[in-house]
Amino acid sequence: MSVNEATGTRPRNEAVPGAEPIIVVDNVSKSFGPLQVLHGVSLTIERGTMVAIVGRSGSGKSTLLRCMNALEEINGGTIEVCGNKVSMGDRPSVKRLRTDVGMVFQSYNLFPHLTVLRNITLALTVVQKKSRAEAEAIAQKVLAMVGLADKAEAYPEQLSGGQAQRVAIARSLALSPKVLLFDEVTSALDPELTGEVLKVMEDLAREGMTMVLVTHEMAFARRLADVVVFMHQGKVWEAGPPAEIFADPKTPELRQFLSSGL
Amino acid sequence: MISYSFDFSFLLTTWPAFMRGAWQTILLAGTSIALGFVVALVCAIIRSGKSKLASGLVGAYVEVIRNTPLLVQIFIVYFGLPSLGLRLSAETAAVIALVINTGAYGSEIIRAGIESIAKGQIEAAECLGLNKLQIYWHIVLIPAVERVYPALSSQFVLLMLSSSITSQISAQELTAEANLIQSETFRSFEVYLIVAAVYLALSVLFRVVLWAIGEVAFVRRRKLRT
Ligand SMILES: Nc1ncnc2c1ncn2[C@@H]1O[C@H](COP(=O)(O)OP(=O)(O)O)[C@@H](O)[C@H]1O
Ligand SMILES: [Mg+2]
Repeated sequence: MSVNEATGTRPRNEAVPGAEPIIVVDNVSKSFGPLQVLHGVSLTIERGTMVAIVGRSGSGKSTLLRCMNALEEINGGTIEVCGNKVSMGDRPSVKRLRTDVGMVFQSYNLFPHLTVLRNITLALTVVQKKSRAEAEAIAQKVLAMVGLADKAEAYPEQLSGGQAQRVAIARSLALSPKVLLFDEVTSALDPELTGEVLKVMEDLAREGMTMVLVTHEMAFARRLADVVVFMHQGKVWEAGPPAEIFADPKTPELRQFLSSGL
Repeated sequence: MISYSFDFSFLLTTWPAFMRGAWQTILLAGTSIALGFVVALVCAIIRSGKSKLASGLVGAYVEVIRNTPLLVQIFIVYFGLPSLGLRLSAETAAVIALVINTGAYGSEIIRAGIESIAKGQIEAAECLGLNKLQIYWHIVLIPAVERVYPALSSQFVLLMLSSSITSQISAQELTAEANLIQSETFRSFEVYLIVAAVYLALSVLFRVVLWAIGEVAFVRRRKLRT
């Protein structure tokens, strides 16, 4: 790792010296039937930081992210988000969780039958009971943030992949979450479209949004993440600041992963 | 060669009867479609729902209806139910039978729509904080019906045409009127040619109306075409 890249960390790293944990994953296990996918994962995510989760396909990255957002029930351990224990069965807690956490998926998951504007205002009006006018004002604001103010009336199928993903980010942002989870949000995109999405994510990071991303964008993680987590075989194999993880891998597995051309 | 000379002169006196028959068919089919849609929707929801028992019962209903003739279903309602003390007019029996029939076919169409909704859509909605009911309405049902609306429309036009079979229990509708005219004029060929033409016109009418309803209900279809 060159000296130049090492200095590319964000100023906010110093401003937020890891004071306030916002997500605490403690000794979490998760199985799908006989297949154990997470083996005692522990991880703390501080407010205002960007945590990049990397690792081979099948190492449990998505599952971990989905557990954080109660899309999967965990079999052991605990997860706390903003001080609340995550439990799929506990409806009020899930409801609180949804207001604290936003999630963006690889496949965008925009609602195809709704305009971009309505995709964004749906939860604002239906869940948060805001007036149509208020919701639309918020939608216009977040659309401007992702550079798509002119696409409000478009339908998802009229968007490029990069635009669709930016709308998906805007849709999450509109609800003012405390944390945003990103699961390989650029993996489905043509290479020339990943830049525009990463740019939006970089802007968010600079504004101090707490972000957890599963990603294969190593250069991005190296440049912007505060913590890089390497997952292997359902465990947190190594974690640390990008400078350490990329420049000085401690385990042969990480070394091999980094040299495998990703 | 057999020669046949067409004579449509009976139309001069009987056209009001044809019009009346057409109007009765519109009412009969229109009512059956509206109620049948509700039955189809409810059955599709139950069938793709969690309760195994309810879903199984609806599944049995759908299969029985789809594997028996409509005429027999009509006879059972009209001739069978009175034995249970339920006296129905021919028209009421016709509507009931048609609703039961189209409810079964329609529910299969809507169910296919519901099952075509990707899991990711539902998860995205969950992440946005929508509750189960809100998700079902906004993210599952509306797009599902939108997606299968063309198939549903065809099913409804078919129902309108099938309603002619209720003439067998002398429900008041177009074919029954035609049978009557035919028995008075003995011009079978001409009468049924005219009836066919009127059904053709009714098909066009139903398609146009169903299309217009779709345009109003599903904005995307309208917008993306322009
Ligand atoms: N819903 C599921 N049912 C069964 N197995 C699953 C399910 N989701 C993920 N898995 C399995 O769990 C393992 C980890 O998957 P995942 O978390 O998606 O890995 P990653 O995101 O790191 O590629 C894989 O072996 C995958 O096949
Ligand atoms: Mg994954």
